[in-house]
Amino acid sequence: MLDTLLLSRIQFAANISFHILFPMITIALCWILFYFKLRFDFSKEPVWMRAYRFWVKIFALTFALGVVSGITMSFQFGTNWPGYMETVGNIAGPLLGYEVLTAFFLEATFLGVMLFGSKRVPSNIHTLATAVVAIGTTLSAFWILSLNSWMHTPSGFEMRDGVAFPVDWFAIIFNPSFPYRLGHTLLASGLTAAFLMAGISAYRMKIGDHKKAPLLALKTSIVLAAALIPLQIFMGDLHGLNTLKHQPQKIAAMEGVWETQQGAPLLLFALPNEETRSNDYAVEIPKLASFILTHEWDGEIKGLNDFIGEHPPVAPVFWGFRIMVGIGLLMLAVSWIGAVFIIRKKRFPPWLLNTFIGMTFSGWVATLAGWYVTEIGRQPFLVSGILTTAEAVTTQPSGNVALSLTLYLVVYAGLLIAYLLVLRNMARRSSLLEDDERYFSKKVEITANVDDKKGDKQ
Amino acid sequence: MINADTLPIIFIALMGMSILIYAILDGYDLGVGILLPLKPDTLNQAHRDNMIASIGPFWDANETWLVLAIGLLLIAFPKAYNAVLFELYLPATLLLFGLILRGVAFDFRAKVGTHYLKQIWDYIFKTGSLIASLSQGYMLGIYILGFEQSTASVVFSLISAFCVTAAYTYIGACWLIMKCENDLQQHAIRWARRSGWLMAVGVVLVSIVNLLISNDIFNKWLHSLYGFVLLPVPLICLMLFWINDRLLARPPKQIEAASWIPFVNTMLIFVLCFIGLAFSFYPFIIPQQLTIWDAASAPESLSFLFWGAIFIIPTILLYTVYSYRVFWGKTQPLDYY
Repeated sequence: MLDTLLLSRIQFAANISFHILFPMITIALCWILFYFKLRFDFSKEPVWMRAYRFWVKIFALTFALGVVSGITMSFQFGTNWPGYMETVGNIAGPLLGYEVLTAFFLEATFLGVMLFGSKRVPSNIHTLATAVVAIGTTLSAFWILSLNSWMHTPSGFEMRDGVAFPVDWFAIIFNPSFPYRLGHTLLASGLTAAFLMAGISAYRMKIGDHKKAPLLALKTSIVLAAALIPLQIFMGDLHGLNTLKHQPQKIAAMEGVWETQQGAPLLLFALPNEETRSNDYAVEIPKLASFILTHEWDGEIKGLNDFIGEHPPVAPVFWGFRIMVGIGLLMLAVSWIGAVFIIRKKRFPPWLLNTFIGMTFSGWVATLAGWYVTEIGRQPFLVSGILTTAEAVTTQPSGNVALSLTLYLVVYAGLLIAYLLVLRNMARRSSLLEDDERYFSKKVEITANVDDKKGDKQ
Repeated sequence: MINADTLPIIFIALMGMSILIYAILDGYDLGVGILLPLKPDTLNQAHRDNMIASIGPFWDANETWLVLAIGLLLIAFPKAYNAVLFELYLPATLLLFGLILRGVAFDFRAKVGTHYLKQIWDYIFKTGSLIASLSQGYMLGIYILGFEQSTASVVFSLISAFCVTAAYTYIGACWLIMKCENDLQQHAIRWARRSGWLMAVGVVLVSIVNLLISNDIFNKWLHSLYGFVLLPVPLICLMLFWINDRLLARPPKQIEAASWIPFVNTMLIFVLCFIGLAFSFYPFIIPQQLTIWDAASAPESLSFLFWGAIFIIPTILLYTVYSYRVFWGKTQPLDYY
């Protein structure tokens, strides 16, 4: 039988991994919708509104999944990690409180107006509602990432009798890793939403939807991805340097560096072995890791052996990092190739559409891989240097945790499958509608008005 | 800086307000979900669409009051938060399970391709609403008894689960009377009259058990000045039930002219029941075990949040009123256009 600690860790990982999939889409997608709506307001070109209508439905579904999986999170600290609030509740509490007050209510209330209010309020108020929801989702990212960053790089507090007390709220909120983590995550959201939009639009075009809206959405998302990915690589580099400064053991695990060394090589492939404390089958480029991290060929990188007992498990951090970077480079290549086709005003060839379809959920994979690097990389601590994960766990019988974990896994698996099927179905139906329209244009007009199920009305 | 002893009182008041607003607002959402008719024919499908359309623009914001309530418990009273969720581990998990199903069903039902799948999501909607209501009632029952572990307390909590579900059904039916027309309104009137009496029985039962749990609560109600002032509360409650029942027995045209009255009366019943429970337990946050001052977090944390909250909460209330005004009146079909 697995113990309560391990089960609780799996449960938290399952909850947070499932949850983050949806905000990663909605944070940026809402700004893209705002952009569509603005373009419509200024140009009065109906195609922008069509793009808005198709994507606002995907937004609504994604948002709902984010909301319900997020509520679970607010119970998790108490049900499974009582030591967390006991030790750092004075810091975490107000940050979570401000998230609920400034972000959750804003987005939840104006979501109703954004989704269903376009006939009931003036168009510019509807545009404003879209912007307010976008601001709400971004504010929510701001607060939760501030708290998460504080757990990596705590500052602005003092310990009294084993409990953290706030001293300087500005230092707590804007703790050392926060600006980098916020930037990195928001850019990741932009890329996740851009590749989702590109993939679904490409799919619509591939199955014969030759209307203007999917092409427009595909172009918008390619331009967005091509613009964001270099920024993301730059931001990732800055974040890495910040981590080297504050959490060198995490960097050592990411790079598979066991002994402190100058001119550390970049490992393209290796199987980190914690038994022998070395790498098996290493394929390396000499000195490159030192150069990337210190910007000097002979820069020093601290090795894992300097942190025995206080460094994370190496293999998941090492591999998570490589998956994230690999997908990032792939995104760079694909989005720039797409941009070349846009600049040259050429039709997108089938192989390129297929590539975008294949990369529809690449943002999810990179996001999860990146978060596993940073969160597993903080272990064995829950809050760096203050509280270990094992100290914080509940004394709940493991049977109860096993039961709740099973329930969550079943629900999450079911919902994820349902979500993917519905996305595919929505993409398909939007193009079937075009055939209907060609042959029975009047009939579709009427049914589309009474029933929003028909999808993208064109 | 506010006095360190006052802050817990302010925060328990805010938390109480959030719980009450949640119970009223998501109460009607859950009630409407529980009332969804199951028959697959087109008429019932139209009723289901209409019922869900009446709560569609609001449910997300309504549910956020639960997040605020649990958030305030976590922020202001971390010891109580840990203790409550330790004791209520399984019911809380069930509650979340129900809320997840209900929440996603809103969107899936509107976006799946076939009527058959839509029907399935409607069942999930109803089941999720029912599970969420039952587990909230069960949690309330266990909480009132101070997490006592015995057969009697489980029986009481099951009864409480049933009564809270009846209460949500009642306020949901009253919401539908206000927001819907014609035969759906007729159904809602029938639903309201049935669930109303169940809820009234539940209120009486919980009131009696509440008095018998401890001498403190008994003395508070029957041998103190505040208790004397508050003693009419249960009587007013029962009177409101009676007024609603008499109104709903009238012909449909007269009901339509006053269709908002049952909902407002039910809101008042919720407020009065809440006042009754709050008065019984104050200043304990866990009945008879932990007071709000024992459980409170650091004053520097509470005052940091307080200064934001006094500006933000009125703003939230303002834009909530705005969103209710946008969707004022009888429910129209929901579409994204």
